[in-house]
Amino acid sequence: MRNSCTALVIVAVFLAIAGAPPVTADDATNPEATFKAFRAYFTKKFPKLALNDFVNGPYSMDADLRKQWQQIEELPPYDFAIERGKDMFAAAFKNGKSYGDCFPDKGIGIRQNYPYFDEKSGEVITLELALNRCREANGEALFSYVKDEMASLTAYMAFTSRGKPFDIKVPNDPRALAAFRNGERYFYTRRGQLNFSCASCHVQNPGNHIRTEVLAPALGILNAMPIYRSEWNSMGTISRRFVTCNSQTRGVPLEPQDEEFRDVEYFLSYMANGLPISGPAARP
Amino acid sequence: MRSGRFAAGVVGVLLCAGSFLSNGVSAHAQAPAPPGQALAFDRAKGNCLTCHDIKGGDSPGNVGPPLGDMKARFPDRSELAAIVFDETKRNPESVMPPFGRNLIMTRDEIEAVVDFLYTR
Repeated sequence: MRNSCTALVIVAVFLAIAGAPPVTADDATNPEATFKAFRAYFTKKFPKLALNDFVNGPYSMDADLRKQWQQIEELPPYDFAIERGKDMFAAAFKNGKSYGDCFPDKGIGIRQNYPYFDEKSGEVITLELALNRCREANGEALFSYVKDEMASLTAYMAFTSRGKPFDIKVPNDPRALAAFRNGERYFYTRRGQLNFSCASCHVQNPGNHIRTEVLAPALGILNAMPIYRSEWNSMGTISRRFVTCNSQTRGVPLEPQDEEFRDVEYFLSYMANGLPISGPAARP
Repeated sequence: MRSGRFAAGVVGVLLCAGSFLSNGVSAHAQAPAPPGQALAFDRAKGNCLTCHDIKGGDSPGNVGPPLGDMKARFPDRSELAAIVFDETKRNPESVMPPFGRNLIMTRDEIEAVVDFLYTR
């Protein structure tokens, strides 16, 4: 009796805080309902913030930071990555083909469609994974997922897609729904010695400070990727951000592009549907 | 005889320290950091400033409430120690790390941090 009461209280508090229905085995996964609840939570928490401003992360939350950001944007630290990515995109592989041959529309203006659920293989395909699979298919060595070349390629692809709203689809396929649900579960699960979930910081505490750092809202957090992070002194991809988050909980990070990471990216990107791609971007 | 003299010496030193501390402002500048402060401010241990404003600490965060007036707010010492040990036991939604349960600090270290917090 006591346990079931505790469980009820936990569920009630979870609903109040996360604004999303908890996933249980007998719940039918409903991405649309989850989307609505997630969106409502953030717009209610920040009623004055323009919806499209969420993609600017900490800069949307703090006036002083925003001023600094506007100065940074006069000479963006990610510019070199866009240029390098553009050159890489134009260059031919050893077999004469190039990145454009692996993507719809030659890879221009398509970042908002990733990740997608591949009905053939039954898995979530992120942009980073698609880029390395393109290299593999053309007999080229794989790139590290976390920075350097991968960050340059994704920076260029994001740049050609700026302003285009995320358009992530969860098809009515039990495997796609399972991937979505798995991503959602990962996002809300506590881990590491510090016992943080992704949501501990980015749902419960966006806009609050840890030391001098301003926590970014989960809504729109991937629209800005990849990012030049001053703390890193370099560019980083979505993979890098996820691995770093794992380490910051004092947990053992998953491998970049682990299935669970891809599912989280799928979940978070779907939550940001309709919000514009703003990457590449600068972050403190 | 020897140990008796030593004990008297220790008592004397403690009395001196007591009057020294009770001297107020002038003593405050020279007083050593209260026990537990180093643990509370250590990023690998309490790391309290990441989320809490504490008098005497730089660049505090604001995820949790400021930690001041602690004796009045937590007259029951065991309650404060329990919060540091594992606040999620009382409030499952708390984002405060369970310092005791997850072995970030030992019980003795938590007691030292509570000693320190009672000085704020």
